[in-house]
Amino acid sequence: MDLQENSPEKQKIDNRNYKMIAENVSVYYGGVQTVKNITMKFKERSVTSLIGPSGCGKTTFLRCLNRMHDMTKNARVEGKILLDGEDLYSKDVDPIYHRRKVGMVFQKPNPFPTMSIYDNVSAGLRLNGVRDKKILDEIVEDSLRMAYLWDEVKSNLKKPAMELSGGQQQRVCIARALAIQPEVLLMDEPASALDPIATQKIEETILELAKEFTVIIVTHNMQQAVRVSDYTGFMYLGDLIEFNETKKIFTQPQNELTAKYVQGQFG
Amino acid sequence: MMSSSQKRAEYRSLFKQNVRGRLVVNKITMGIILSSVIVALVPLGSILIEVFKNGLGALSVQFLTQIPGAIGTGDGGIGPAIQGTVIIIGMASFMGIPIGVMSGVFMSEFGDNRFGRTVRFFNDVFMEFPSIVIGIFAFLTIVLLLGHFSLWAGAFALSLIMFPIVARTTEESLKLVPLTYREAGLALGLRQWVVTFRIVLSAAKNGMLTGILLAVGRISGETAPLIMTVLGSSQFFGGFDSPMDALPLRIWRLSLLPYDSAKMQGWGAAVVLIIIILSINIGIRYYFSTKNSSKSKFLYKIIGGRKL
Amino acid sequence: MFINQKHARFALPTDKIFKIIAVVAGAYILVVILLMVFQLYHESQPIWQKEGLSFILGSDWNAVEGRESFGAAPYVLGTLVTAGFAMAMGVPVSIGIAMFISQAPKIVANPISMVIDLLAAIPSIVYGFWGLYVFRDGLLNYIEYPLHDFLGDKIWFFSSAPFGLDIFSASIILAIMIIPTISAVSREIMSAVPHMQKEAAYMLGATKWEMFKLAIFPYAKTGLIGAAILGLGRAVGETMAVTMLIGNATGPSAFPQTLFQPGQTMSSIIANEFIEASPASLHLPALIGVGFVLLLVAVVINVVAHILVSKMLRVKEGIINA
Repeated sequence: MDLQENSPEKQKIDNRNYKMIAENVSVYYGGVQTVKNITMKFKERSVTSLIGPSGCGKTTFLRCLNRMHDMTKNARVEGKILLDGEDLYSKDVDPIYHRRKVGMVFQKPNPFPTMSIYDNVSAGLRLNGVRDKKILDEIVEDSLRMAYLWDEVKSNLKKPAMELSGGQQQRVCIARALAIQPEVLLMDEPASALDPIATQKIEETILELAKEFTVIIVTHNMQQAVRVSDYTGFMYLGDLIEFNETKKIFTQPQNELTAKYVQGQFG
Repeated sequence: MMSSSQKRAEYRSLFKQNVRGRLVVNKITMGIILSSVIVALVPLGSILIEVFKNGLGALSVQFLTQIPGAIGTGDGGIGPAIQGTVIIIGMASFMGIPIGVMSGVFMSEFGDNRFGRTVRFFNDVFMEFPSIVIGIFAFLTIVLLLGHFSLWAGAFALSLIMFPIVARTTEESLKLVPLTYREAGLALGLRQWVVTFRIVLSAAKNGMLTGILLAVGRISGETAPLIMTVLGSSQFFGGFDSPMDALPLRIWRLSLLPYDSAKMQGWGAAVVLIIIILSINIGIRYYFSTKNSSKSKFLYKIIGGRKL
Repeated sequence: MFINQKHARFALPTDKIFKIIAVVAGAYILVVILLMVFQLYHESQPIWQKEGLSFILGSDWNAVEGRESFGAAPYVLGTLVTAGFAMAMGVPVSIGIAMFISQAPKIVANPISMVIDLLAAIPSIVYGFWGLYVFRDGLLNYIEYPLHDFLGDKIWFFSSAPFGLDIFSASIILAIMIIPTISAVSREIMSAVPHMQKEAAYMLGATKWEMFKLAIFPYAKTGLIGAAILGLGRAVGETMAVTMLIGNATGPSAFPQTLFQPGQTMSSIIANEFIEASPASLHLPALIGVGFVLLLVAVVINVVAHILVSKMLRVKEGIINA
């Protein structure tokens, strides 16, 4: 087939190679545009980092990918977000259908404080009608293993999640997100509230997860982006300045701003 | 051993396709929630409509200014009741506000210790005391002491209902005054009491005024503690030492009579009472809602979640 | 620095005096409460001496000289039954309102919470008057008679002939009156649940209702119970509307047996009889004794409620500070 470089047909075929595609996404907060017309494509089984100075809109953009802005009063999202070719923002689909395919881990660990570790991890499963104790046990174990927490907590799964350390709590949250078997995992600065050892564990977890999931991670830590991600997008004041393989962003940035940022000249 | 992605797929296949059902349950629940709002609004609407519909017709200059006529005739009015309510509120404010304000100053400026916390706790608890018990207390301390029912006793009872509200709202509004104001005053070499009265209280006066008005609104409808203190009367003011009528008392007395004319007069008295109370409440809320949102947050902070 | 110099010259310990006045004002509340408990206890002594425990357990209520006998059990029970029914009806509605307000857009939520607050501003006496002349008829014709006709034979508490001035109508008016209190506090409690808890639930694909079950209710449980108990405290102490609607039975016939019978509560018996009671007889000490019991019940309820609510709101502050 001989297709023109930018023809719609060619794009359609191209898009098949991507798990998730954001097309011309803009976000307005009470009339102020905080994310400006961003288009990004995320490959299956890859880790993509979003970096940029604080307030650049990277978290806001990430939350679009899960329709988390639906609950934020006076926030408005424009554009398309395609998951396997289906638009998340199409009017006739409830976001619940998509949220089970897109897991999310937040900046601060937010386990349900009154629940045990087990109940936290299985909360999403119970929503999905899984009642069989055997299956629950199996998926909880599997999720905790993937979050690298199983060995630390297997003997007391009934312990309240709040009694764990901050890093462990965050991994409970990762396990909770993984338990609903998402296809895409969004992580909003998942290690920002944690100490270096916990951070390292989380990073190992991310590398492991990338073998199966599409991971999109917001970070303000450039070393972290280098360590864990295959692709990196640099955002500044709501614009996506540059988006490329991580190696290229950090060694041969095309844009002057990107170069300055990755060299630590501002941030 | 299954490959990992096979395992994922198998897990996913165990999930029930229950989203549609869950959304229906959600819709039903939200419907129930909405209907509970309606359930609460219906009585409010009915009360306001009935009070105004029946009450406004009863109003006339004569009704508002004359003493009650002979029972069952429907003659006369509620003059003494209006006068009594105004006098009792004035006296109760006179007794309750200064001590309430000082108590609020205590809780905010000196209350950061065990004693202060005890005072704050019991202040909150006292706000919820049954008002009829406060009436008995005023009866035992004032009526038995003086030997007869009097305005003093009624005003004392109402001041006890008023002052914890004033104290708490004063405290909350003083706490909202930035510490830097106090520091600035003290740095100028001013005494603490001068700083408190001249700077802090004047910065907090909006909140305090709100609290006082809300307390006035609350006591103007109080009935139970007046039964055993001011007793009720059909004459105009005859000295602080004698019984007196009040609007809520008059409504009660009228409700005990079997005549249609008494019922009409009761509605008339109710509409006067409701107008007083609603104008205080709506006035305050309107004042705050037209100002910027920090002010309405402030109002929420000083009255939020409290029975006033 | 005019003020400063003035005070420098007169070396009065003004700050000390100021502090003393403030402390005295603060202590006033404690003195009032102690004095109140003491006075009510002291003035009701004669009845405790004469009747002993049977003042609480007995049901005779006779103020005729020479045959005086006072037992407050029906009124204590009447208070508990009306307040209990009011809770059963008022608490779910109040929590529903708080849920609605917490998830509705501001433009809807603000006016509604304002209107609900107005419900709290309407005085008890107006509720009573409205209850007597408007609400009673509607309740009697559209609820009490149908309930009695269809269920009267099967369920004992619907069995007696409806009258409109009975335990049922008093309970419903109480339920209406405690809604603003409970819903306002529940609203505050629910807004104290951190946003990230709600996000965690939504992230898992929860519907709104499931979000409430997963994130809000478990977190806010203590505070919501406290809010409900606060409403109970209000229901127990409420006087005028209940007095006007409960039918005012006395003696053994005031024992709550069915919902459609006239009853009496602790506060309504005081409101009804206090003025007629002669200070010389045992009647007045008996009523003061009822007041004393009411005071104790109210204090216990409110102390428990405040501990629960403030514990919950402290948790919120702790999380914000962390």
